Amino acid sequence: MAMSKRILKETERLNAEPVPGISATAHEDNLRYFDVIIAGPSQSPFEGGVFRLELFLPEEYPMTPPKVRFLTKIYHPNIDKLGRICLDILKDKWSPALQIRTVLLSVQALLSSPNPDDPLANDVAQHWKENENDAIETAKLWTKNYAK
Amino acid sequence: MSSDSEDNFMEEDSDYEFDSDGSDMDYEEPNDLAFAEVSDKKPKKAYEVDFSVQSLQDIKAAQANAISHVAGILGLSQDKAAQLLRSFKWNKERLVERYMDSSEDVLKEACIVLDDTKTTSYVGKPRPGFTCSICFDDTPSKVVGLRCSHLFCFDCYRHYLTQKIVEEGECRRILCPESGCSIIVDQPTVQKIVEPKILERFRQLLDRAYVEDLDNLRWCPAPNCENAVDCRLPHSTFDTVVPTVQCACGNKFCFGCGLGDHQPAPCQLVKLWQKKCADDSETANWISAHTKECGKCQSTIEKNGGCNHMTCRKCKYEFCWVCMGPWSEHGTSWYNCNRYEEVSSTDARDAQAKSRASLERYLHYYNRFANHEQSAKLDRDLYNKTEKKMEEMQRTSDLSWIEVQFLKKAVDVLTSCRMTLRWTYAFAFYLVKDNMTELFEDNQRDLEVAVEALSELLEKPIEREKIAELRQQVLDKTVYVDSRREVLLEDTAKGLGEDRWEFSFKRT
Repeated sequence: MAMSKRILKETERLNAEPVPGISATAHEDNLRYFDVIIAGPSQSPFEGGVFRLELFLPEEYPMTPPKVRFLTKIYHPNIDKLGRICLDILKDKWSPALQIRTVLLSVQALLSSPNPDDPLANDVAQHWKENENDAIETAKLWTKNYAK
Repeated sequence: MSSDSEDNFMEEDSDYEFDSDGSDMDYEEPNDLAFAEVSDKKPKKAYEVDFSVQSLQDIKAAQANAISHVAGILGLSQDKAAQLLRSFKWNKERLVERYMDSSEDVLKEACIVLDDTKTTSYVGKPRPGFTCSICFDDTPSKVVGLRCSHLFCFDCYRHYLTQKIVEEGECRRILCPESGCSIIVDQPTVQKIVEPKILERFRQLLDRAYVEDLDNLRWCPAPNCENAVDCRLPHSTFDTVVPTVQCACGNKFCFGCGLGDHQPAPCQLVKLWQKKCADDSETANWISAHTKECGKCQSTIEKNGGCNHMTCRKCKYEFCWVCMGPWSEHGTSWYNCNRYEEVSSTDARDAQAKSRASLERYLHYYNRFANHEQSAKLDRDLYNKTEKKMEEMQRTSDLSWIEVQFLKKAVDVLTSCRMTLRWTYAFAFYLVKDNMTELFEDNQRDLEVAVEALSELLEKPIEREKIAELRQQVLDKTVYVDSRREVLLEDTAKGLGEDRWEFSFKRT
């Protein structure tokens, strides 16, 4: 199975050369299911927070994108109440040449630069557009309260 | 001098010839545009539209034609021309114009790389040290890459294309698998890589995309039918024209919305009506019009007669239907509630009456609409019965097969009339009553009476000695019914065109 070889190699590399601020650990009983931790990027409202995510590699991976979801509550215009993420490479811009590593880096980058013009959580996005400072304060508060 | 005069003569001659050519052209042109000649003989009816049926072969040929044409003009390969046409939704004129303006931009937008070599992709052995970034295999026997030089192993490429074609139904824009690379995997490359079955699917998707890209084409919605219908009417006219077309397979449908024939109602009205019928808001409306809640236990009560002295069956609460107050407080004014005359009560009564009236109006039209729908379904049974009847007639009389076809024809006409009648009720529901609507209602009634008479005639048992008589009667009725339908459709279609009907919804 060529595809599971890819998953094994990716997992191996994630362990051998971890990305700063990101950790992904495969479940022992299910090698397609990963517990992910992303540290809130510095200079962002999420700085200092520790965000837990789940990542699942579907049967067709890498032809179809992995499924990624935030488990930690987060105040972000592109992430909704259920933790679903609005990110182009997780949808139509997915390429089989992308990897778990690149996906998680993109998620980290999304924390640094929220995009309220392409919102998933409408109320948050509106808040962000109308009063960015206030929204950032809320995001900081949420980070402090939930992302421990 | 002599040469001069000869020249003159030549010129005159050629002038003359040119003239005669011109008139020839003039004469032939309407012929070329087709239908003109035909419609001269048999005038087109107000409710009919021009259309033609295109088989799958026609559709493939039309694409091939357009592709070679553009390839010739722009000096591109067939494949590149096809890609450009697809990205321009087959608008040749706009494509050529824009390409002449700035070929670079056009190519870039369409994700095409022009090159001098004949092959657009590389299929072959990998260089040493190659690792496929899809499966991480470093020992593939064959690799594939487009002009962008993003190489992947053959198996992964095949897997990728198969996934795009089969799972995602993509055909126009399958890009290089590399992230962020926007070069289209061209048809020859797809052909080289995927299995024949997948390639067949890919081609089907391209044909489908062609029909969907063009406003003047629509697939026939009948199951297993592979034809499309070509109708050149602009979509903006579909609020005043009901573009009913008939596929070569016999299926009659609306070109505007793809639903079954819904003449005389325009698409917008059909959509509104269907939504109204699907919504159970009408049920709620009915409840609010016909019932009240018991003042004590909140049970829903329908008052179906008698006086205002109500006794709840459930909790035995006695109350006045009008003021909803307890009956004991009414004192001696039994059967005549004082509060009935108060303004607030009168208002409430009016509101209830209005709601009830509008509901009853809806039900009036809906019941007739549904009745014809039901009858149309029963027509299928009638078909079978008719077939038996036709066989019987051949046996019991000396009528030949061709002579008993009148029954089949009668059922056909009956079916289409019922479909028409059905939609006249939706039409009438939204029609604002004025002098014009009377004419419509007359036409509707005439058709309905005729349809029911024919229906009755068809269900009669066949008596041997009366076959000839029956045949004559059915023939006459069929012709009559058909003519009534024509009158109705003609008038409603003309009315739509002349903006004669006033509807209770806003037309877009």
